[in-house]
Amino acid sequence: MPIKAITPDYHGDFKDGVEKFHGNQIVNIHWEKHLMFAWPMCVPLPPAMPFGALIEGVLPGIFGKHPDFAKIDWNRVEWSTSKGAFTPDPAKSLADNGIGHKTTIRFRTPGLNGVNGNAVC
Amino acid sequence: MAAEGNSKPAKKLSLKENYALLTRGLGWEPSYEKKEDIFRYISFEGVKIHDWDKWEDPFRLTMDAYWKYQGEKERKLYAIVDAFQQHNGQFNVTDARYVQALKLFINGITELEYDSHRGFNILAREFPGVGPRIAAQMQSLDELRHATTQIHTISQYAKYFTGMNEFPYQFDRVWYLSIPKSFFEDAVTSGPFEFIVAISFAFEYVLTNLAFMPWMSGAAFNGDMATVSFGFSAQSDEARHMTLGIEVIKFLLEQDPGNVPLVQKWIDKWFWRGYRLLSLLATMMDYMLPKRVMAWNEAWEIYYEQNGGALFADLARYGIKPPKRAPETIAEKGHVAHQMWSVFYGVRDAVGFQTWLPSDEEMAWMSEKYPDTFDKYYRPRYEYWKSLEAAGTPFKNATLPQLCQVCQWPCLFTESGDPTTLSLRESEYQGQTFHTCSDGCKDIFDDTPEKYVHAWLPVHQIYQGNCFLPGVDPTAPDFNPMYEALRYMGIKPGIDGGDYKGSADATNWENWTSRPANIHEGAYTDAVRDTANPADASARKTS
Repeated sequence: MPIKAITPDYHGDFKDGVEKFHGNQIVNIHWEKHLMFAWPMCVPLPPAMPFGALIEGVLPGIFGKHPDFAKIDWNRVEWSTSKGAFTPDPAKSLADNGIGHKTTIRFRTPGLNGVNGNAVC
Repeated sequence: MAAEGNSKPAKKLSLKENYALLTRGLGWEPSYEKKEDIFRYISFEGVKIHDWDKWEDPFRLTMDAYWKYQGEKERKLYAIVDAFQQHNGQFNVTDARYVQALKLFINGITELEYDSHRGFNILAREFPGVGPRIAAQMQSLDELRHATTQIHTISQYAKYFTGMNEFPYQFDRVWYLSIPKSFFEDAVTSGPFEFIVAISFAFEYVLTNLAFMPWMSGAAFNGDMATVSFGFSAQSDEARHMTLGIEVIKFLLEQDPGNVPLVQKWIDKWFWRGYRLLSLLATMMDYMLPKRVMAWNEAWEIYYEQNGGALFADLARYGIKPPKRAPETIAEKGHVAHQMWSVFYGVRDAVGFQTWLPSDEEMAWMSEKYPDTFDKYYRPRYEYWKSLEAAGTPFKNATLPQLCQVCQWPCLFTESGDPTTLSLRESEYQGQTFHTCSDGCKDIFDDTPEKYVHAWLPVHQIYQGNCFLPGVDPTAPDFNPMYEALRYMGIKPGIDGGDYKGSADATNWENWTSRPANIHEGAYTDAVRDTANPADASARKTS
């Protein structure tokens, strides 16, 4: 049912369209079972950035201090978005890997589930 | 000489007559304008009112009596505030960690009182019935009074502690203060009936006892006589506001059966929004009160599960059901306080108050209060962070969060049945993606995406380059976006937020009071003398 408003056909403007981010798109990244990073990390990234550059250049700055991070075997990481699981091609761009504006990426690192495996830190 | 008949005193009016003349008697029927041209915003929401005179005035309070009562309360309150200031009452609180909670209060809550004043002003103009207009007018004045008394009371703290002197500026800019701001602006921009159900019923009637009972008891228990006094001064107003809330609901439900689904939808929405807002109190109660009176989960059991349960049982005869997402609030009650404090600690360099890790004494209390959740999910995290602090490599999270499009909290909450999985919800609308933190917020977005697409989400605004002071050049080689965004928000990096230990507030506290800045950890500086140590005490005695 459309909104009831004093103005007919009321519609707010879209505050966060991709055109407002100066060539970047918003990407949210969440490392599952490492909840001391307790929210999806929001970063602006160029859509043409290769997925491999996200892994090598962006994620260490966010998660690198966690003792599990250096132990990650990137070939075994399980990636997903709200559309389901996917296998990224590191050479292809974010866009070509299906990562659009405001996509939330979740990744799981099998065998690495937080300090002492407790998932909460 | 006047005729005998003229000198006869006028018949004294009965209370009922007096009341009728001084409330409903103040209204009139328009003669040269159409009613619908005067009351323009009363029909678009779809609520049907057949007889405004069926409104039962819940207060039986006339305007002249109102001014008298309020004036009396003001005199009492300001006498106490004067005494508080003359006796340096700000140093009688338990320790300066308590003051960090007051920063959240003055920067994030007081402005809501002012917004509420605006909202009820609108109702006092828009409602055709005289009874509800008078009630809204009184509440509008109450809310203005609450904002004023809070500002006056807390101003004494602002003279001595950091982070409280820019509150109206910060309210409009600080990233986490968009949570309370967006809540009330959502309500004020709704129609008059949605506003009154949202604020008078869902917020005032169902939820604010949580703020007035456990929080004010906590203020008293920690020696903050100023906050307790404005709390008590406001409480008799609150009782009136709650009565208005229940009267509104009954009036709407009794006027037309078609109003029932509308009211139910607003209850579902605003209960959830109010809960999300008030759960900030969870972390204030459990973590920021050095001496605690009650845990959040206990407060939720008493003030929602028991009291709310009885209320909704009573409303069942109208066809009203308990709020749709109430079960989620019960499932979360053992988690929210801990989850929020964890994220505030992680981003302590980007907030306007100081944080600390809970002491052993505090963690023992939480284990006792939260036997099912604390030791399993939160103690291990704090103990790990303590070990990092001890090693000189404290944990910090420097990356901004994904925010919920509706409540604007970071998406930090977990699934009801799974505390180690974040509860992330997404909606697609006109080809764009929107994130919400929960099913409750997703329901709200999906119902009226037209309204929420233009939410001013601080994280996105920072990345769009809209949160820098004039003259800042984002292309400069030494440009630091986080530092500049904090300056824009009115937060002084390294002074207003950060670690409590070593902060200006903690150090000043020990210098000024000679008491530990953290009663659980002992003194941070040698400004505090070890009077508990007999050797030291006897040494001083003999000298």
